[in-house]
Amino acid sequence: MNQKRSIFLLSTLAFGIAFLYIPMVLLIFYSFNKSKIVPIWGGFSTKWYVELFKSPEVWDALTLSLKIATVNACFATILGTLAGLALVRFGRFRGRTLFSGMISAPLVMPEVITGLSLLLLFIWLQSAIGWPSERGFSTITIAHITFSMAYVAVIIQSRLAGMAQDLEEAAQDLGAKPLRVLTDITLPLLAPGMLAGWLLSFTLSLDDLIIASFVTGPGATTLPILIYSRIRLGLRPDINALATIIILVVAIGVLVAGYIMLRQQKQRALDMQMTAEETP
Amino acid sequence: MSTPAEEVVAIGEATLKDRILNRLTRLLQDQWKLLVLGIPYAWLLLFFLAPFFFVLKISLAETTIASPPYTPLVEWVDEGIMHVRVVIDNYAYLWEDDLYVNTYLNSLVISVTSTILCLLLGYPIAYAIVRSSHTVKHILLLLIILPFWTSFLLRVYAWMGLLADQGTINDLLIALGIIDEPIRMLYTTFAVYVGIVYTYVPFMILPLYANMEKLDWELLEAAADLGAKPMTTFFTITLPATSPGILAGSLLVFIPATGEYVIPDLLGGGNVLMIGRVLYNEFNANIDWPVASAVAIALLLLLVLPMMLYQHIQAKETENP
Repeated sequence: MNQKRSIFLLSTLAFGIAFLYIPMVLLIFYSFNKSKIVPIWGGFSTKWYVELFKSPEVWDALTLSLKIATVNACFATILGTLAGLALVRFGRFRGRTLFSGMISAPLVMPEVITGLSLLLLFIWLQSAIGWPSERGFSTITIAHITFSMAYVAVIIQSRLAGMAQDLEEAAQDLGAKPLRVLTDITLPLLAPGMLAGWLLSFTLSLDDLIIASFVTGPGATTLPILIYSRIRLGLRPDINALATIIILVVAIGVLVAGYIMLRQQKQRALDMQMTAEETP
Repeated sequence: MSTPAEEVVAIGEATLKDRILNRLTRLLQDQWKLLVLGIPYAWLLLFFLAPFFFVLKISLAETTIASPPYTPLVEWVDEGIMHVRVVIDNYAYLWEDDLYVNTYLNSLVISVTSTILCLLLGYPIAYAIVRSSHTVKHILLLLIILPFWTSFLLRVYAWMGLLADQGTINDLLIALGIIDEPIRMLYTTFAVYVGIVYTYVPFMILPLYANMEKLDWELLEAAADLGAKPMTTFFTITLPATSPGILAGSLLVFIPATGEYVIPDLLGGGNVLMIGRVLYNEFNANIDWPVASAVAIALLLLLVLPMMLYQHIQAKETENP
């Protein structure tokens, strides 16, 4: 490769990585700042962490967000997997265009529109059938499932499209019924994709501010809503401490999950190789 | 021992039983498919598609002081006489008020410019990743994806600390003696650009990377061997071959950036007008539901073509990967 060009490429790459990571590194750095004014260094201290955990508001918001994220991830994984299966394996069916449109639209739909439209639906439902009697946990969870399942469906679709159908065809040739093929062959093969979808749904839900603030009601404050109400007025050292914890937990989680998946992939490749060698 | 006649009956019964059983399993199989498709379909119809009709409906109503704060479209005046009131005042209001028209145009300018900036930054990064060795490639991809998983809100918040008058960048520049007075960066359009590019550049890099991975690199080498200048090779081979990635990445940045709320609110303050922020404020601060709904419909009209294009690419991608 041309040397001038590779210098340009490498420096852009370095700039890009620095651009993505320096803000987060500084956020973590200033969480250990003694001074109340965030960017002015006043010595090392962990007092903001202590202060953070003394606040019952933070605990309540964290608990609510974790509950919503867990329920959301389970439902979104189920619904998204079903949708992905239907789109890849059912061929052409009536209403397919509408269905695939409704699956990919939530990925790019501006959150203000999704939030507003769902709130209007919930208000109408309340006046028409009396449910939901109050907005909060249930309405936020439903809203989150609706966009999370789209992400899961995309993951499942790409896994299914990239998956060789040999095993499924072999099972069918040996007389397995389509439902049996699904439960015994396809779903186990899809498990890593479903796990990735679950994790993504979980974090998407933990991260959502706009849709949740539209469809929530009085008394239900999720963690992003709490963070937002505090940082709108400026920088706050306790939020830096909270951010540090979130970033570290997520980074460790992703690294561990990535490592496990990589090892599984290697193991599977090894298995395949051994089977291929043993087969005459 | 059974007589031949009984045997025939038994065989007949068996085939009949088999037939019924077959019919049942086939029915179950059909039902099963219907269930797999029907559950997510029904969910999306109810919680994704139906809500838009409420937005449309309320955008055609009038604001009143009531709960909910809008007039009904359909009124039963007398027994069985239906009275439909459709008000397009909200749309006329948006069109006539300079604030809304400017906001609309300003959002477009900001999102188009941000998309171009993301492309200029993301393209060389994606290229560098594709050209690196196997292990390095995986580490770099992980580094690009990792920010996805951490809180978007907190990453935007991090820039408030960098760009503030007494923030890290100004402090550094003053300490180095480059400037005497802090430069105002937070609560400006510049800050909004930084925020959008920062948030959305991974959405540009990943589709570009996926596209470049499939590129025929031997073609490029052949062009070089035949004496083509690097620039010529880039514009005649690389750029056209990566255009699907450019399009997908650009749509993934442009569409959500146009409706962005958090970034203009936290980094732009009151100085940067964007349509998502206006919608949010009309609804939550002014409690003008019909105008907020009309803004939502206007935003949707702006984005419906790019969204359909994205959906088309997405569908093609899954059909022949």
